[in-house]
Parts: sequence; C-alpha cells; structure tokens
Amino acid sequence: MTTNDIINPANLVYAKTKVMNDVPMHYCPGCSHGVVHKIIAEIIEEMDMQEKTIGIAPVGCAVFAYKYLDIDWQQAAHGRAPALATAVKRLLPDRLVFTYQGDGDLAAIGTAETIHAANRGENIAIIFINNGIYGMTGGQMAPTTLEGMKSSTSPNGRTVPLNGHPLDITKLLAQLKGTCYVTRQSVHTIAAVRKAKKAIQKAFENSMDNKGTSVVEIVSTCNAGWKMTPEAANDWMVENMFPAYPLGDLKDL
Amino acid sequence: MNDSEKHNMEEVRLMKGNEAVAHAAIRCGCDGYFGYPITPQSEIMETLMEQEPWNTTGMVVLQAESETSSINMVYGAAGCGKKAMTSSSSPGISLMQEGISYLAGAELPCVIVNVMRGGPGLGTIQPSQADYYQTVKGGGHGDYKMITLAPASVQEMADHTVLAFDLAFKYRVTAMVLADGVIGQMMEKVVLPPFKPRWTENEIRQISPWATLGKPATREPNIINSLRLEASDMEELNLRLQGRYREIENNEVLFEEFSVKDAEYVIVAFGTTARVCQKAVEMARAEGIKAGLLRPITLYPFPTVEISNLANKIKGMLTVEMSAGQMVDDVRLAVNGRIPVEFFGRMGGIVPSPDEVLHALKTKIIHR
Repeated sequence: MTTNDIINPANLVYAKTKVMNDVPMHYCPGCSHGVVHKIIAEIIEEMDMQEKTIGIAPVGCAVFAYKYLDIDWQQAAHGRAPALATAVKRLLPDRLVFTYQGDGDLAAIGTAETIHAANRGENIAIIFINNGIYGMTGGQMAPTTLEGMKSSTSPNGRTVPLNGHPLDITKLLAQLKGTCYVTRQSVHTIAAVRKAKKAIQKAFENSMDNKGTSVVEIVSTCNAGWKMTPEAANDWMVENMFPAYPLGDLKDL
Repeated sequence: MNDSEKHNMEEVRLMKGNEAVAHAAIRCGCDGYFGYPITPQSEIMETLMEQEPWNTTGMVVLQAESETSSINMVYGAAGCGKKAMTSSSSPGISLMQEGISYLAGAELPCVIVNVMRGGPGLGTIQPSQADYYQTVKGGGHGDYKMITLAPASVQEMADHTVLAFDLAFKYRVTAMVLADGVIGQMMEKVVLPPFKPRWTENEIRQISPWATLGKPATREPNIINSLRLEASDMEELNLRLQGRYREIENNEVLFEEFSVKDAEYVIVAFGTTARVCQKAVEMARAEGIKAGLLRPITLYPFPTVEISNLANKIKGMLTVEMSAGQMVDDVRLAVNGRIPVEFFGRMGGIVPSPDEVLHALKTKIIHR
C-alpha cells in the first residue's frame, strides 16, 4: 500500500471545516480559543449559515477572530460587541449574529452592554471565554480572576478588600428575563468539546428561532498568562476554576 | 390624489427643530435610530417612538442604555451599510467620542445630531455653541474629521438631516448636525422632505460593497475594523482618510452671506447666533454702518477661502459665538493677521442680543 492509496476520498474520516481559514493562529499553544473557534466554524458549516452569519469580534486576544473564520465580521470597541450585535440583528433579523468576548471585554468594560442586550432579549448568541485573566495585554487581573489568583496587577493574589469579589456574570445573566439559554462549558477534554459544541449549536439555533439571548460561557485556560504548561493549566482549571464557575446549564427555556 | 401622491407631496408643518429631525430621518430612508434621552433634544427620539416608523418604512428605533451603547449600535448598523443615526446633547456626545473615533477608523458613514447645551460638566440645559472645538477639531482620539453642518432654522434641521446622510455615504464619514438648544426647541414652519424608500439589500450591496450583510461564496469576507497593527498599514489608512478630508474641503463648503457685497465690516456667526447677528447687521445698516454677515453652514469643511478673500476687501471682522470663542480661531487662521478679528460671545446658555452684538462691533472693531 502506498501513501496515495491511503490519501483517498473513500478513507476520509475527518476534514477541516471550510469555514476555518488556512492561516496560522496567533493564539498560544494550549489556549482554548483555537478549539472554540473551530467548533463555531463547524457549526456554521453544519447549519449552512456561512452566507448568513455576522460575527462580532471583541478587544482582547480574540480581536483577530475575523482572521480565522471565513464569514463577515465587525470588530467592536472594547466591551461594545453586544451593542453592535443588537443593531445588526435588528436590522438583519434573518441573519445569525453572535458575539465572541473575553472576560475583561464582557464582564468589566462591557458589563452594561452585555446586561442590557441580554435583558432586552436580543436574538443573539454570546460566546464568553472566561479564563480569569487579561491575555492580550499581558496577564492583568480580570473581573473573573479568582480570590488568591496571581496576575500582573494582583501580584500577591487577588484579595477581596483590595479588588472585590470575582464576578459570576453568567449567573447574573441567567436571572434576566431576556435570556433563554445560559450555559457554562469547557473544552479541556474531547467529551467537553463535544458538549460545548452542542451548547453553541443550541445557542445559534435559539437566535435563529428568535427565542432571546443565549449565553455560552466557556471556562478556559490561559496557560501563558497563568504561567503554566498547557497540561498543568487544564488541571489547575479543573481544580480551581470549576468550583467557582461550575459547568452545566444555568437556564434552558 | 392617491396615497403615494399624498405621501410625496410637500407638507408645510409647524414644529420644533428636534421634531423636524425625526420626520426628516424617517422620510429620507433612515434604517435605524439609536439614542438615549438628554435635554434639550429628547423630542427626536420621542417623535420617532410616536411615529412608529417600524410599521411604515421599517425603520428601527431603539432606546439604548447609554450614549456609549447607542453610538456602538450606530457602528453595528452602519457596518451593515444601513443608514444609521443617533442624537444627543453635549455631555452625551462627550460619552460617544470613543465610538466616533472608531467609526472614523472603520470608515463608516453615519449621522449624529448634537443639540448643544452649556458646559463644561453637567452644565446647563440652556443653548450653547461650546462644542465647536470638540466637533471640528476632533473630540476623540486620532486624526479624523467629521463633516459638520450648522443649521440656523427648523427648516435646516430637516434639510441638514437629509444632506448629512448624503454626505456621510458620499465620503464614508460621520456627518454631524451641530445645532444649539434654541434651534432644537423652537417651533417654525418647515417643509418636510419627500419620502425616499429605504435601500433594499441589493441596493446596499451596490452602494456599499464593504457592508457586512453575510458573505456570499463569490466574495471575500467583509470585515469592519479599525485595527492596523503594522505602522505602515496604519499610516496607509490615515493617508486615505486625509485624502478624503482634502476632497471634502475642496467640494463641500457651504455658507451664506447677508449684506456682504459692499460691507466694510463683517460678522461671522453660525446657528442661532447668526440669526441674532443678522438683526444686528440690519440695525447697523439703519445707522449707516456698512456691516455684513457671513454664516458658515459647514463648520467642517470651514469656509476658509471665502473668509480669506473677504479679508482683502474689508476693514475688520467680528466673530460672535455662544462660547468663550472657538470658531474665532479658524476665522483668524483664514484672515492670517491682515485685518483685525475680534470676538464677542456669551456663555452658560445666554443668547447674545442684537444690541450687544452691535455694541461689540462698534467698540471692538469700528472704534477700536
């Protein structure tokens, strides 16, 4: 058997989705972003929505999301993605509109835009990457940084008297009447990736069915910012992030 | 007369400047208005909500949670090639500066109406023109310009709303209608513009091929973005913007003259102040003083050439503003020291009287 016998359409069991561009990613090895990008791209292809999707990219590590998915994109000012998405979806109601935001973008500077878009029940999907740190700017404390967790602006660990409590914004969003589906997932194992993909698909379907705002939080690692190996970061996430941000559906109407 | 003829007929109506903006927006095919209440311009959104254009033209009207959000909704809508607008008053416009800079960087066309009130700070709800610097010199970060129209009547509030959309799309820039609280609040006769249908998606694809409407297999993705990490790419964007601004400066200057032909002294004023100054010019003429008025209608682009030409023919200029003196800088730049240019203004929401203006003309210029 030669190599050419093996590279044969009949033997094809997996192919990269055509919605992913063939470009090198800027994400650090071990980072969760790449996996989440891939599953979003797969869902867009499986739902046959490539021509009808508008993604809203944040400021943060995922600012370059528009380089990786072969769809129309708008790049928002820091935290404002849900405001952009609101207008896009209201003016183009038959399009799939999603935001892709990190914890600083969504839960600090963009808290008002996030809460009000969700409270209005905008028919958008919000993909929320929570790794408890500002990755792009070099590892500063985020609203979701855990108590005791070190960052470049909490070098001795976050303390409540100095920094306040970690913000569980997803729990807050689940309380709002405008949200129809609020879930917390991760992508650290194959099983988790499959579940996360199902969750994002449901969020996208909800927005096309005008059911209201769907929020999919992906509890993620930032091994570079956390200063760990990818494997150690996964273990640390399971041990420390999951107790504070437990996985599962918070709301599913 | 059938319905569509009735629809297109010119209608003379009595209304506030703010209301005229709302009606003109609906009639000129605006796709989306996003706003946040603030005095003295809340009638714009109130009128739109009352008119319910989503039931007629399909225009979206949405009250946002803040001016920050409303300007970013405008960005989202404009990114789809839609005719989008917001309105606010001075403190709210300050809050929008981040979004205004992003709109400029992303080369998005949109319309913003600023019905100015006195500042700084929370200030007063009384009229002012003290946002001139913020508007024409750039209140947000980076090198950008906004086309700035300064209406002096309720009619112009309607006309400038329509013109602002035309200019914004012609150059892919923000066009601001810079009114003051008097123009927003006062009632006058106005002929509303005829109805123009909103653009269809096919028209948008023709007019704005960069719009994010969803990517057909036949083209590359459209990406609305102001980020350029490479310095050379960033400079290239800036050079393109600057080229566009030079084109605007060459093509779009608008102004109005009153009694300027044989004038020895010219007052330069815009908006409400120009109307006060016109009265002052009439009073001066009655006393035998050869006074005239030049009213810039576009504050950016500024009528620099016209003012410069005037400086060769007259003895002195007085700039009158409801501020501490902002536009006077641009008048002085145009005159470049050839003749005296003085300033008179009131602040804090006080509208100068024609008597005060005439007195200032006599004491600061004629008998200086």
